[in-house]
Amino acid sequence: MLVRYVIIGSGIASLSAAEAIRQRDSTGRITIISEESHDFYSRPGLAYYLRRDIPEKQLFIRSAKEIRELALERIHSQAIHIEAKQHQVQLENGQIVPYDRLLLATGALASSPSFTGNHLRGILKLDGLDDTHQLISRARKAKRAIVVGGGITALELAEGLHARGVKVAYLLRGDRYWSDVLNEEESKIVMDRLKHEGIDLRIKTQVEEAIGSRGEIQSVRTNQNEILPTQLLAVAIGVKPRIDLAQRSGLATKRGILVTPYLQTSARDIFAAGDCAEILDPQTGKSQQDILWPIALAQGRIAGANMTGEELVYKKEIPFNVTMLAGLKVAIIGQIGGGSQNDDLVSVSRGESETWRLLPKTILVESLDQINRIRLAFGEKSLQGALVMGDQRWVRVLKKLILHQVDVSAIRGALTNNLHQILPRLEQKLNEWEHRNKT
Amino acid sequence: MSLFKNSRHLALAQAQVVPDSELCVQCGCCTYNCPMEIDVRSYARKGLPILESYCLTCSECVNRCPRGVLRFEKITNPTGS
Ligand SMILES: Cc1cc2nc3c(=O)[nH]c(=O)nc-3n(C[C@H](O)[C@H](O)[C@H](O)COP(=O)(O)OP(=O)(O)OC[C@H]3O[C@@H](n4cnc5c(N)ncnc54)[C@H](O)[C@@H]3O)c2cc1C
Ligand code: SF4
Ligand code: SF4
Repeated sequence: MLVRYVIIGSGIASLSAAEAIRQRDSTGRITIISEESHDFYSRPGLAYYLRRDIPEKQLFIRSAKEIRELALERIHSQAIHIEAKQHQVQLENGQIVPYDRLLLATGALASSPSFTGNHLRGILKLDGLDDTHQLISRARKAKRAIVVGGGITALELAEGLHARGVKVAYLLRGDRYWSDVLNEEESKIVMDRLKHEGIDLRIKTQVEEAIGSRGEIQSVRTNQNEILPTQLLAVAIGVKPRIDLAQRSGLATKRGILVTPYLQTSARDIFAAGDCAEILDPQTGKSQQDILWPIALAQGRIAGANMTGEELVYKKEIPFNVTMLAGLKVAIIGQIGGGSQNDDLVSVSRGESETWRLLPKTILVESLDQINRIRLAFGEKSLQGALVMGDQRWVRVLKKLILHQVDVSAIRGALTNNLHQILPRLEQKLNEWEHRNKT
Repeated sequence: MSLFKNSRHLALAQAQVVPDSELCVQCGCCTYNCPMEIDVRSYARKGLPILESYCLTCSECVNRCPRGVLRFEKITNPTGS
């Protein structure tokens, strides 16, 4: 009998699951239900599209041929209820879709701001391609835009709108950018570069009220009691896993949809993967949330394989991202907290892992080469985290040292703040480790 | 020794573009900027080095990738096998 695989969502977790299923089962029926009607696209790529680095067509991540070969059935609608006992999903368009195995790949949604007037037209978020279209069409007419929030997305919004010729004011509640991941010096470098690009960056400034006329935003009032005129207010204050459907349908949830290391939910034959899923640490009963593309991709692959009957285990990797902050490449690996609270986010932001905010008992070493900087966080025996700003040459070595928890205690004793001495010695330690572990 | 080497120097020697596929977010900036219209993204996704004979090793994709996925590596075995 043909197996009926149903996937809710059409992001990267969904696509990689569908590919993993098709690799193992050439005849089963794969149905993708999504409220997004677009072909599979790169969500992080939206920022580059907004900034005009790439045209829209570049966002689509599979060729027509590759999609055909997957032989997917697509339904454009929202899933509103899962009847786990009957093994069927109810859609907003009235359809009932039966399944043998179901995957929830519902992603995360940007949090809404709580200030007065938050319902006005022209207040936008950046969750998907439709939002990007709205941002671009507003930016065409807008003279001024205001961006609030923290993390990568807020900055991408500010730079993207600026690149589209809008005068952008970026308001930070705190006194520096991304203060729980970057340290003071790193924040300052990014902030100086933003100002240099022409973005009106204001610290300790918060929107108290959005003021509009006939439902359209016209200005904001800040905590400084200033009125800033604007035709667009872009908000990126964090994201939340989309668990509403799972919750309504009686599945176990916490911050995300709870899954085992096999990515199985509390209900039989239902799996979850990507931004929406949460795996608790059996020791602490807690989790560190990741909103990261490579993790959603890896989980999708495993969930897909397990839906066909395999028993693969998802092993949490050390969260790692490289991103552009004000034109500077910045790699963030493992635990490398910025040491301060971040008032600009109400929850974890896209492209971020909560792990990065942690700061182990460490000795920090930094290098100053104007903009090329490396910050290292050592634990007792091994490197726990690293932040590399600017030149990325050392990222691969550092990443491997952290990933494999290579013992570098010999170096730790002799730490100086001279990275020109430390980095080659770390590389040597890695080479020795790789040599020892070669089979 | 400089801690930060310029990848162009390597490119001038015999080198190929190699991806670290784990990091790729499939944004397509590399493919879009390749003057030879090589689908770099598809190599990056599959974790394969770019072995197309018409790759100029011009480093455009390496520099444009916002994620540091691509780098030059010396060709140790020119057949690539
Ligand atoms: C602007 C931006 C920048 C980013 N930058 C980075 C970065 O630098 N690095 C990084 O690693 N990650 C980054 N990310 C995050 C990354 O894109 C996500 O982690 C990843 O896309 C998650 O994939 P997913 O498949 O879990 O969910 P998503 O891609 O969010 O897909 C979820 C899908 O489910 C659909 N859906 C949800 N509920 C329902 C329902 N009930 N019925 C039908 N359909 C439903 C949604 O419409 C959507 O199509 C960024 C994201 C954005 C938007
Ligand atoms: S530019 Fe970099 S991240 Fe984007 S698709 Fe190419 S290799 Fe991947
Ligand atoms: S090095 Fe130049 S020619 Fe070769 S793939 Fe990259 S952009 Fe294209």
